Amino acid sequence: MSEAPTAGGEFERQRVPDTALLGAGRFWGMYAGEHTAGTEFMIGPLFLAAGASLQDLVIGLLLGNVLAVLTWRLLVTPIAVARRLTLYYQLERIAGHRLVKLYNLVNGILFCFLAGAMVTVSASAIGIPFGIFYEVPQATFGFGAPSFTVLVVFVGAAMALVAAAGYEMVARFANVAAPWMICIFAVCGIVSLVQVQATSVAAIVNGQFWRDAIVFVQQREGTQQFGFWQIVVFAWLCNGAMHFGMADLSIFRFARHRSSGWAPAIGMFLGHYMAWIAAGLMLAAQIKLARDHTANPGALAWGALGWTGIICVVIAGWTTANPTIYRAGLAFQGLLPRSRRTVMTLIAGAVATLAGAFPNLSAQLLDFVGTYGTILGPMGAVIFVDFYLMKRFGLRDEYALNKGISVNLAVLIAWLLPVGVGLYLIFWQGVFAAYAVVPAWIACGAIYLLLSKAVQKPVSGTV
Amino acid sequence: MTVTMTAKLTSLGALAATVVPSALYFTGAIGHEAVKWSALAGTCFWFAATPLWIGRKLPIDAAEVEI
Repeated sequence: MSEAPTAGGEFERQRVPDTALLGAGRFWGMYAGEHTAGTEFMIGPLFLAAGASLQDLVIGLLLGNVLAVLTWRLLVTPIAVARRLTLYYQLERIAGHRLVKLYNLVNGILFCFLAGAMVTVSASAIGIPFGIFYEVPQATFGFGAPSFTVLVVFVGAAMALVAAAGYEMVARFANVAAPWMICIFAVCGIVSLVQVQATSVAAIVNGQFWRDAIVFVQQREGTQQFGFWQIVVFAWLCNGAMHFGMADLSIFRFARHRSSGWAPAIGMFLGHYMAWIAAGLMLAAQIKLARDHTANPGALAWGALGWTGIICVVIAGWTTANPTIYRAGLAFQGLLPRSRRTVMTLIAGAVATLAGAFPNLSAQLLDFVGTYGTILGPMGAVIFVDFYLMKRFGLRDEYALNKGISVNLAVLIAWLLPVGVGLYLIFWQGVFAAYAVVPAWIACGAIYLLLSKAVQKPVSGTV
Repeated sequence: MTVTMTAKLTSLGALAATVVPSALYFTGAIGHEAVKWSALAGTCFWFAATPLWIGRKLPIDAAEVEI
């Protein structure tokens, strides 16, 4: 798949041996850095802009993140430790290599849109010293100011070139930046509390500054509500592709013990709790001081912490976009094996840059994340059912491998049907995207089991 | 004191310079400008010192497609 050996490319198509297993500390360190990223600068303020109350946010995020950790620990880790295979290879054994290529292509395209949001994030910060601002047009596919669009193109091109040059340099830089970035989020939150004059426990608990900010937004953008259960479900399922979708099988296959499955807790509570609330506070502060409700990450960080905030946003966006563009390039190369990884990475970067040029796409990150989980999450149900239920129902597990087929039709239909219904509900019926993840997952698993019962033919011999 | 130990202490001091002033700002002891300048100084020292000692390997399967 790659043009050269990669750092993480061990045991791609085999069970991880006992000699390569890792202790829990490695996973805690990794997850601490992975989930405090550029996306947090976008998502946090969007909660406030959508009308979420401070109390609902504090309690709802707590509950949602607990559910996310439990999903990782109870759903992903047992299978990862038992099988010790990458998600990619596990899926190939069940679904067939051609179906996995399709899945990978879809994932690559979604990665490009995610990377595009991060291009926007970084560009929003780089533009501050030059007076180039990120403004969200009405149309979903409308460009922002011409100067911002040009800036996005330059930033996206630079990110694409760096990603095409290789993964390691930016990844090592991200390792260095992670502890500092966590601290910056916390500092921005504390500074913002002072800026909204909430410098006592009573003032913070009262939360008047937050209610005033919501009123300000809704007087200009119309009334919206983002209720408690929306917050819970969003926090639970924003990484749906990683836990319900079983993407983190690839990580936990190295775990010596299942207890390593608790490690995502640090990422959830530093990134998806502290950082999101801090980013929301930054918007509240901007509204109070500048009477501006634009969720411009660069401007928010500038207002809180000046040049350090700008630097943090640039680094956060870059260190998230780089691996995402790189992985999208690998996904596209998987579809065209004779293509060069660098070319595919540049194409992925170009798609990401184009997506980044539409500010409204980034502003819809809450919905995008839920849609992402709805599309990719159900494949995890296939793995779950294959691991726990197939033999119990007298069926063959890893059917594609044992039958020698490249497309397991039961998987294809079981995936596409619930995803199709989910996307219809999201885009045509206005259902909150994250609400579709779990029903699609359950439906996919049930359909896969039923269809397998109907279509599986006896397999001669064993593999 | 070894170079690594010096670098680690520098990184720790850099984080403190980044975080502590915000707590002082919260209590009203210092102003916003002081917080910003201190954070900038801390940032510079962090990125100067930390690469000298932080040795955590790349995340597992970091370069692979995570689907």
